[in-house]
Amino acid sequence: MNTVQTSASSTYSASPVQQQVVRSLKKRHRQEKLFRFAGMTAVGISLLLVALLFINIFSKGLPAFWQHGIELEIHFDPAVIKISEQPVLQAGESVQAFEQRHLAWRSEVGMVNFNRLIQDALLKVIPDGAEHRRDLARIVTSGERFALREMVIANPAIIGQTQKLFLLTDANIDVWLKGNIDRSLADEKQQLSPKVREWVDQLKAEGVIQNRFSWALFMNPDSRSSLASAGLAGAFMGSLYMMLIVILLAVPMGVAAAIYLEEFAPKNKFTDLVEVNINNLAAVPSIVFGLLGASIFIGWFNLPMSAPFVGGLVLTLMTLPTVIIATRSTLKAIPPSIRQAALGLGASKTQAVFHHVLPLAIPGILTGAIIGVAQALGETAPLLLIGMKSFVASIPGSAMEQSTALPVQIYLWQGNELRNFFEARTSAAIIVLLGLMLTLNGLAIWLRRRFEVRW
Amino acid sequence: MNNLSLIIILLVLLAVAYQLGMQRSRKLAGGQNSASMHSRPHHYGMMVGLWAVLPPFFIMLLWNWFSPAVIQQLVLSSLPAEILNSGEQAQVLLRRISNLATNFAVLSEAADWEISAANYLTALQQKSTLLLTALMFIIGALGLLVSYQKIRPSLRARHQVEKALMVTLLICSTIAILTTIGIVLSMVGETLKFFSFIKPSDFFFGTTWNPRFSTAGVADGSLTGSQGSFGLLPLLSGTMLVAGIALLVAIPLGLMVAIYMAEYAPKKVRDTVKPIIEVLAGIPTIVYGFFALVVVGPFLSDLGQMLGLTIRATSALTAGVVMGIMIIPFISSLSDDIITQVPKALRDGSLGLGATKSETIRKVVLPAALPGIVGAVLLAASRAIGETMIVVLAAGNSPSLTANPFEAVSTVTVTIVNQLTGDNDFASPQSLVAFALGLTLFVITLLLNIVALVIVRKYREQYE
Repeated sequence: MNTVQTSASSTYSASPVQQQVVRSLKKRHRQEKLFRFAGMTAVGISLLLVALLFINIFSKGLPAFWQHGIELEIHFDPAVIKISEQPVLQAGESVQAFEQRHLAWRSEVGMVNFNRLIQDALLKVIPDGAEHRRDLARIVTSGERFALREMVIANPAIIGQTQKLFLLTDANIDVWLKGNIDRSLADEKQQLSPKVREWVDQLKAEGVIQNRFSWALFMNPDSRSSLASAGLAGAFMGSLYMMLIVILLAVPMGVAAAIYLEEFAPKNKFTDLVEVNINNLAAVPSIVFGLLGASIFIGWFNLPMSAPFVGGLVLTLMTLPTVIIATRSTLKAIPPSIRQAALGLGASKTQAVFHHVLPLAIPGILTGAIIGVAQALGETAPLLLIGMKSFVASIPGSAMEQSTALPVQIYLWQGNELRNFFEARTSAAIIVLLGLMLTLNGLAIWLRRRFEVRW
Repeated sequence: MNNLSLIIILLVLLAVAYQLGMQRSRKLAGGQNSASMHSRPHHYGMMVGLWAVLPPFFIMLLWNWFSPAVIQQLVLSSLPAEILNSGEQAQVLLRRISNLATNFAVLSEAADWEISAANYLTALQQKSTLLLTALMFIIGALGLLVSYQKIRPSLRARHQVEKALMVTLLICSTIAILTTIGIVLSMVGETLKFFSFIKPSDFFFGTTWNPRFSTAGVADGSLTGSQGSFGLLPLLSGTMLVAGIALLVAIPLGLMVAIYMAEYAPKKVRDTVKPIIEVLAGIPTIVYGFFALVVVGPFLSDLGQMLGLTIRATSALTAGVVMGIMIIPFISSLSDDIITQVPKALRDGSLGLGATKSETIRKVVLPAALPGIVGAVLLAASRAIGETMIVVLAAGNSPSLTANPFEAVSTVTVTIVNQLTGDNDFASPQSLVAFALGLTLFVITLLLNIVALVIVRKYREQYE
């Protein structure tokens, strides 16, 4: 094609400028291709990064949803569990006195050596266990004896029976069996003694130790003494309380503020100030909100530290601008003709807004609210500053009790010394968090697609 | 009776008053035609409800605000004079007494006067709630009766209800301002306290960061020499280093993505790729931090070994690269909007003169969009400066004044977290410095945001 053009131009005796243009064409087209290629590469790299992140987290985290446990025939031996009858509320007894008696009984149960039960059961599957008592004690994770205790407290009739139970093995055994540690390492570098390693390999081959879905990850609170049974339940409840507070406070207040600013506010210095303010608040680093919480909510109002209530308030203030901005843009998009029609038929301005404009804006408002809540769900830094990084080994029963949150739990777990075990567990926690957030975002996208009206 | 049950009673009262008001207005209207009334029946109902509920509610708020102080004063004045003069702090006494009153365990045996004071406190508290409940009941009933009596066809109930609504909306929209005031006040207050320990010049221009730990019983200002040094500059340089690397990663990638999406990509690609890249924006920063720590850090460190460089696994580079990934979607989606806003006429003119598409983009579209893109980059920069979790996990936390990206650094945000979550006394300079740092961060990001918003707004006006 180039040659044709050159010959054609020669017949017209092309000017030097034209010749220059023709000569530069090849270079320019190459540049065009290069530029386009650069754009495609950038998109490709970005997609690759998204893929890399997800593949990495999922490949690390998915195995942690299954965990090794050992199936044992636990005999609730009356010779070991020597406890008195469970107290019952007697006629004429005050509730307080009964509670005292019950508490005494519970502590009596707590004194029982439940480890004996586990060890006796282990001896049945490990014939040479009796000579290696110390090794034997390392097979089942220490939290399981409390599980047995709770079983007895819930149902004392169990004493004397034999039950087939699935008890979680120690975290190190899980690491060993999943191949997350180099098996060829020398004995002194291994966490487990040679005897335990030999046992668990054999038990695994026999099918006594199995890799099952880890309910502990979802049902248990965090634990430091029994790493294998550390779970997300406490953090999940903390996050749930905070989300409830954010939904109850940030959404109505944000929507109300947006309605006022968009529909009713007179144009004056004050509303300008509010507007600039909201735009700036949306871009203030989240950690600054944490400082606000630490100094005002905890310092001045003396609210408890580490409580989801305070966390919820901080996240509410953080989410408010997002909700306001989203609601305002939705309201803005609703054509004035709707308002004019309502006003023309004699509705008051309030009626026009609340009966006609607002219902049309609800899908957009919900989308904005969900995105704001999802953002709040993933926030970590401000929660650290109001003390939510402290270790809490119980599931909070109310929004005023100590608790952590899902992202903070991830932060705590990634720092655990037992890296081989907790890298996977942290990734699993991340999968849970991402799952929740993506569900919320998906819901928002679906709402937008389903109810979006183009005016 | 606690606050929750009081609120529930108020809600029930609201429902009852609403029904009463509505019924009365219907009766007045004669049952069939409500046109003779000024407002709709539910307006009358709502009006009665508000009159019945709002006044007692405000009384409850005020009561909760003031009564604890009053009760404390009464308890204190009931104490024997020799106890009051024994030099023991009133707060300590009161805490012990209130612990006794709520059956909390207290250290050491309680004295007789303490027990009697605790009993007095309990009695006072009971009296207070009783009084509050009675007062709320009387006021609520009064509000209900009076407004109920007032209902007649000419009463403008709707106006009253709408006015109440308007006030509520106004209050909600001032929360944003209150938040800003709260941020500024709290941080300025604590920062001033900090500057009473450390000279501002030592803070802003100090080149070493070594706060040490706070020790109990340090007298004010007397030990400034041994209190450690609070120099801002190492932290600021670390922050800038990490944010700079992040922008170096994110600007080319984000901008090219935006150009490709806005100018080249077919609609199908655009519709699928854009949401996927925006997923990056929704991922919590702690996840990026973990990714940096577990994947990117070791990878960069290995890469450095291959090239003969010593790159630490947790370094400014690691944190910066991952933060760059995080802000790609900010830059790409903001720039995308701005590029598509450039009028088509500019493009057509350039293409008509024979320029190729890339030439049009580089020489016409980008210069026209430049102010907006600069605004987008500034917003991204403020995001990068304020980012916390990635740097907490991946930057190595070593506050040194260095420009070497392969070294571990510390940033302003990391230090805020470290100083406030350690075991420091809240009133020590070691904790207070977090607020000074926070204020610095707030001011920097605020300036960046304002400049960015002004630029973007100017740019929008230009083409609208």
